[in-house]
Amino acid sequence: MEQELLSDLYRQMLRIRRFEEEAARLYTEKKIGGFLHLYIGQEAVAVGALSVLQKNDYVMTAYRCHGHYLARGGSARAGMAELLGKETGCAKGRGGSMHFFDIENRFMGGWGIVGAQVPVAAGLAFAEKYKGSDGVAIVFLGDGAINIGSFHEGLSLSALWNLPVIFVIENNQFAMGTPLEKTAPTEDLSIRALAYPMARETVDGHDIFAVRETIFAAAKRAREQHLPTLVEAKTYRYRGHSMADPAKYRTAQDVEAWKARDPIKVVGETMESLGMKALREQIEQDVELEIQDAVRFAEESPFPAPETALDYTYV
Amino acid sequence: MSNAMLNNSDTNTETVREIQIRDALQEAMSEEMLRDERVFLVGEEVGGYNGAYKCSKGMLDQFGAKRVIDAPIAENGFAAIGIGAAMAGLRPIVEFMTFNFSLCAIDQILNTAAKARLMSAGAISCPIVFRGAGGAAFQLGAQHANSFDGFYAYTPGLIVVAPATPYDMKGLLKSSIRNDNPVVFFESELTYGKRGPVPEGEYLVPIGKADIKREGSDVTLVTWSKNLFLVLDTAEELAQQGISAEVVDLRTLRPLDKEALFNSVAKTHRCVIVQEQHEVASYGAYLSHLISTEIFDELDAPVGLVSTLEAPMPYSKALEVVLLPGKDRIIEKVKSVCS
Repeated sequence: MEQELLSDLYRQMLRIRRFEEEAARLYTEKKIGGFLHLYIGQEAVAVGALSVLQKNDYVMTAYRCHGHYLARGGSARAGMAELLGKETGCAKGRGGSMHFFDIENRFMGGWGIVGAQVPVAAGLAFAEKYKGSDGVAIVFLGDGAINIGSFHEGLSLSALWNLPVIFVIENNQFAMGTPLEKTAPTEDLSIRALAYPMARETVDGHDIFAVRETIFAAAKRAREQHLPTLVEAKTYRYRGHSMADPAKYRTAQDVEAWKARDPIKVVGETMESLGMKALREQIEQDVELEIQDAVRFAEESPFPAPETALDYTYV
Repeated sequence: MSNAMLNNSDTNTETVREIQIRDALQEAMSEEMLRDERVFLVGEEVGGYNGAYKCSKGMLDQFGAKRVIDAPIAENGFAAIGIGAAMAGLRPIVEFMTFNFSLCAIDQILNTAAKARLMSAGAISCPIVFRGAGGAAFQLGAQHANSFDGFYAYTPGLIVVAPATPYDMKGLLKSSIRNDNPVVFFESELTYGKRGPVPEGEYLVPIGKADIKREGSDVTLVTWSKNLFLVLDTAEELAQQGISAEVVDLRTLRPLDKEALFNSVAKTHRCVIVQEQHEVASYGAYLSHLISTEIFDELDAPVGLVSTLEAPMPYSKALEVVLLPGKDRIIEKVKSVCS
C-alpha cells in the first residue's frame, strides 16, 4: 500500500476527529450555540468516499456535516469560525454547524431537514448530465432518513432518469435515540434499491479501504453509464445525537466494540507496522497545530456586522 | 373595459395580437429556452400531453425530451431536482399542475430554495421558477381551490408574482425566468383561455412594479391575479353609480411596489383591497397594515378588505359564490369607505 495514501487518509480522519473534539469543548464553553451534531466515529465514511472522487463532482450531506466539509478539503479555520458564528466562517456565520458550505470544492451543504437533501443532490447530478460534463453527485444521509418521502422520490426519479448520483446511507444504528430495529424492518438498508431499481452495495463503514473501493465503483457507474447507486455504510457515532444527548439508549459495551475497530486507530497502527511511526507522529503534531490555529483564528475573528443581518436574502 | 385599457406602457411595440394566456405563457417559455440553453421545463403532463392546461403546447416537439421533461407525480422529487439543477447553474421552470399540489414540495420550496442563498452567504443562488394555477376555479372542491399566493409571499428569499393579463403574464414570466432568485409564479385555470393584446416580439415586464389598470379619483381598488378582471368589472359598475375607482394591479406580491400603491392611495384617500385569500394572516391584511401605518394621514376612511370567507371551499356553486369575493361585496365595501 502506498505510504502517501495511508498518511493522507490518516491525516484527513484525524483532522475531523480533533476538529470536533475542540468543537465539543467550545460548545461546553457556550462559544458555539444551537445544535452541534458530532461525526466522531464515522470519519472513515466521508474520508474514504471523498478520497476517490474528482474535483468536478458535487458533494451534499445532512446536518452532521463537518466531516464531509473537511474531507472535501474545507478549511479548518473557516469551519471553526462558522461554528462560532463569525464573518470569516465558511458561510460567513449565516449557516452554523448544520449548514457548512464550500462552493470552491463543490461542497454544497449541510442541510437540516432529514432526507430533503437527497432529491436536491439528484438535481446536481441532473445538471451535470444535462451539461454533458463527467461530474457526478454524492449525497450522504443517515439511517433515520430512509423512511421519509423525499428519500424515496429522489431515488425513484434518479433511477427513472438515469442520473449520475451516489446515495450513501451512513447507518450509525440510531435515528437520534431510536434504534434501527424500531425504524426499519430489516438490517439490510440497501435492499431498498431493488425497488427503483438501481445498483446497491453494503460496506463496512469502519473499513476505509472497503469504502473507497465501493464508492469508486459507484462513481465509475455514475460517470460512465449515468446510473445511480445506493450504498449502505454500516458505521457508528461514538457521541450522542447532538451535544444535548447523553446517549443513554445504548450500552457502553456496544460503543467500546466499535471503538475497538476505530478506523483512525486501525490506520495509525497499520502505518506503524509499515515502519511509518515517525510520519504518524508528525501528522498528529501537524493536525494539532492546524486545529489550535483554527480555534485561535475563530476566536479572534469578528462577528458579522449588525447592518448585514438581511444580506444574502436576494441576488 | 376596452382592450386598449388593459394594455400597458412598459414597452412600445408596433404589432399587437390578441392571444390567450396559455399561449402567452408558452411563448414566454419557448422564447427564453431559445435564448438560453440552461432553461428547461419539468412537470406533470408538460411534454406529450402538451400541458394539463396546454401551456406548453408544441414545446416537446420543438425542444425535445431533454428540455421538456414529463415528470411522474412526485412534486417533492421533481421540485427538488429542479432546485439542485438551479444550484448547479441551470435555470429550471417547474410546473405544478396546480399550486394545491405544491404543498407536497413545500419543504423544498420554503426550506431549500428560499434559504440556500442566505445559508451559503451568497455562494449558492437558486434561479428557478415554480409556476402553475392557483386559486379557486368553479367547483373544484375544497382541496383544489386554495389561494396560496400570500402564503408563499410570507417567506423571505422567494419572489412571488401574480399577474392577470396575457401581456403581463408573458412579460413577467420572461423576467422571472431571467431572475436569479427562486420565483413563485401564479396563474389561474379560469383565465388560461382569456385573450388580450400581446405584441409580437420581445418585451419584458419588470418584477416588483405594479400597474394602474384604471385611473380614478374617489377610491383605490388594490388587487392582483385573476381578481383583476372582477375588480375592473366592478369599477365599471361603480362608475355608473357615480364613484370613480382607480384600479392598482400589484402584479408582484414580493417585492411589493409600495410606491405605486401609496401614490394611488394618496391620490384617492380611500382604499379597498380585494383578495382571494382568507382574511386571517393574509397578504391583504399586511397591505392594510402598511397603508394604515405608513400613510395614515392620507386616509379619509379605514382601509377596506374583501376576502374569501373563513371556511374550506364547498363544492356547490350556490356556496362557492358566497365564499369568494364578488361584485356585491366589493361595492358594499367601497360604499362603506366612501360614505
